[in-house]
Amino acid sequence: MRLARIDWALGAVLMLLTVAASACGSSSSSTASSNLPTSIGAGEGQLNLVAWEGYAQPEWVKPFEKATGCVVHAKYAGSSDEMVTLMRQGGGSEYDMVSASGDASLRLIRGGDVAEMNVNLVPEWKNFIPQLQSPPHNTVNGKHYGISLQWGPNILLYNPKTVKPAPTSWSAIYSPTYRGQITVPNNPIQIADAALYLSKTKPSLGITDPYELTEEQLNAAGNLLKEQKPLIKKYWALASDEIELFKNGDVSIGAAWPYQQSTLLADKLPVKSLIPVEGATGWADTWMLAAHAKHPNCAYKWVNWVSSPRVQAEQAISYGETPANTKACAIMETISKGSCVVYHANAPSAYFNSIKFWKTPVPECGNGQNDCMDYSAWQQKWTEVTG
Amino acid sequence: MNAAASPAPAVTLRNRVSTALFRRPWLRAVLLLSAPGAWFVLIYLAALVLLFISALWSVEPFTGNLVHHWTLGNFETLIDRPVYRTIALRTIGIAAAVTVTDVVLALPFAFFAVRIAPRRLRGILFVAVLIPLWSSYLVRVYVWRLILSKDGVLNWALGQVGLGSLNLGYTNWAVWIVFSYIWLPFMVLPIWSAFERLPDSYIEASADLGARGLRTFRSVVFPLILPGIAAGSIFTFALTLGDFITPTLVGGSGSTFIGNVVYENVGVANNVPFAAAFATVPLIVMGLYLLLARRLGAFEAL
Repeated sequence: MRLARIDWALGAVLMLLTVAASACGSSSSSTASSNLPTSIGAGEGQLNLVAWEGYAQPEWVKPFEKATGCVVHAKYAGSSDEMVTLMRQGGGSEYDMVSASGDASLRLIRGGDVAEMNVNLVPEWKNFIPQLQSPPHNTVNGKHYGISLQWGPNILLYNPKTVKPAPTSWSAIYSPTYRGQITVPNNPIQIADAALYLSKTKPSLGITDPYELTEEQLNAAGNLLKEQKPLIKKYWALASDEIELFKNGDVSIGAAWPYQQSTLLADKLPVKSLIPVEGATGWADTWMLAAHAKHPNCAYKWVNWVSSPRVQAEQAISYGETPANTKACAIMETISKGSCVVYHANAPSAYFNSIKFWKTPVPECGNGQNDCMDYSAWQQKWTEVTG
Repeated sequence: MNAAASPAPAVTLRNRVSTALFRRPWLRAVLLLSAPGAWFVLIYLAALVLLFISALWSVEPFTGNLVHHWTLGNFETLIDRPVYRTIALRTIGIAAAVTVTDVVLALPFAFFAVRIAPRRLRGILFVAVLIPLWSSYLVRVYVWRLILSKDGVLNWALGQVGLGSLNLGYTNWAVWIVFSYIWLPFMVLPIWSAFERLPDSYIEASADLGARGLRTFRSVVFPLILPGIAAGSIFTFALTLGDFITPTLVGGSGSTFIGNVVYENVGVANNVPFAAAFATVPLIVMGLYLLLARRLGAFEAL
């Protein structure tokens, strides 16, 4: 596991690397926009990926390697922050692509770590749901900095044996009814969940977008989370942590991904989930091309591969998320009957629009003002809450 | 070079080298120590120096690049924000509690094993202390997670004898219990060897002079094994102070350690300077502790 590999020696080496990296190649973020490739050349034989665990399964990586001759080396990251860190290592040429979520993609674009991509080289892109063809988290000023992949909501997961009656609102994890049986992710972006809840329950705060918070709004969300802290059993870091907490009866309700639910159901624990009345946050992932990628042709071959209806369907079922490609639904049905509906692959666009997708908090608010709190303020607030 | 045809010059060279080395003892020392010395300087000292230097830098928030301007901002954040004081005090407090617990557990055990148990049992006890060290650290922590969780072994056993159930899983109590268990061998072994070096005649002499058990322990045994206790406490205290895996795995919502903040800032948030600044706190605490331990004579027992 990830933690085990980190020790003092490695920490020191990492520090040396980071210092060396930032000493050498930092300020060379030239965004060459006009020289986009117009065709995909021969593969370079290698492809280095930074991905979420489960995004480079042998199921679809092996056939890709066979078909293209590009050998895939995947490095799994545990959080968006870690992904950004990895993509900046060694001057940014160590990895070719990253499966960035919305809370990392804008940071990578602004930092000059990723390059513009030519969507015309990815024919399946036209079959994506319209909202994911040029979403604001990977398309800036009409330039595409990546190809959307999959998406999903952050759900309220509960054990119906102990949680009665069935909850309808996120208030279930902010009120003392289930004190000591609640779990939420250990992640600064969790502040957005609190902000979303406050936007509905305390309209006087004037929260319109849970990722664009003024100092006052961020403090209000922080205070709600501080009140929640004594109710929390554990802030989970890995999906497997939460699965174990539910299995051993340590928690009965919490914020989760559909992945945890499908894993628990497979283990015969009859958990239930819902998207509460306040709505939910969610993630939408994008394969982004590193600015200094050494294997760009293999990278383009890879995005074409994972955008194809078959691989989209395989990944949606394997991970428990919704494919971007609308053509995937039919294939999902052939792999596992009913899965298209379970993973919302044919849901109307109202379902997509009800989810507030992760994006990086930046100083510029949507209303043209610059008084919003940036991501480092969020991180500090989160440390303050959980420390 | 043809060594077989002209052996004489080779011998002369060897003679010359050995003579030179014999005449200059410092040269022998330099040659002997240069490899481990370079290793020590490069790996340990350079890393420490780098740690202190980078603690005085900062990070550009959006791009994540290091800003090489000297600033005390990281240390100001550490002092200004009460959360970091809470985390530092929690870490030091639990490290101290673990150390005291291990002393209390290890003293009677080592005393029994060295001075009372027959030779065969002693060997078995020694192996019993060491056996946990043969298995992976992570396995042992995960096992405790299963023991302490709500539907775990402990609550099951308590339920069987009708004692209700405890809520120990994912709390600071769990962190304390697991640390005390994991580092216990490091406390037992130095105390064990301290007891072995305690001459029987001292205890007999104490009895001859009319001292009872408790008095003998207080005035004779304890002062003589104190260096062993101090040596063991260096291990348990330092190891707890630097750990972040146990709090992550068995800790609850208020179990953040200094190590967790450092880990999150290096591996996740990419704020190496702040991590370096916070990492100096356990270094300073440990430095003070080692000074104290030296006064107690711990280094003679190592």
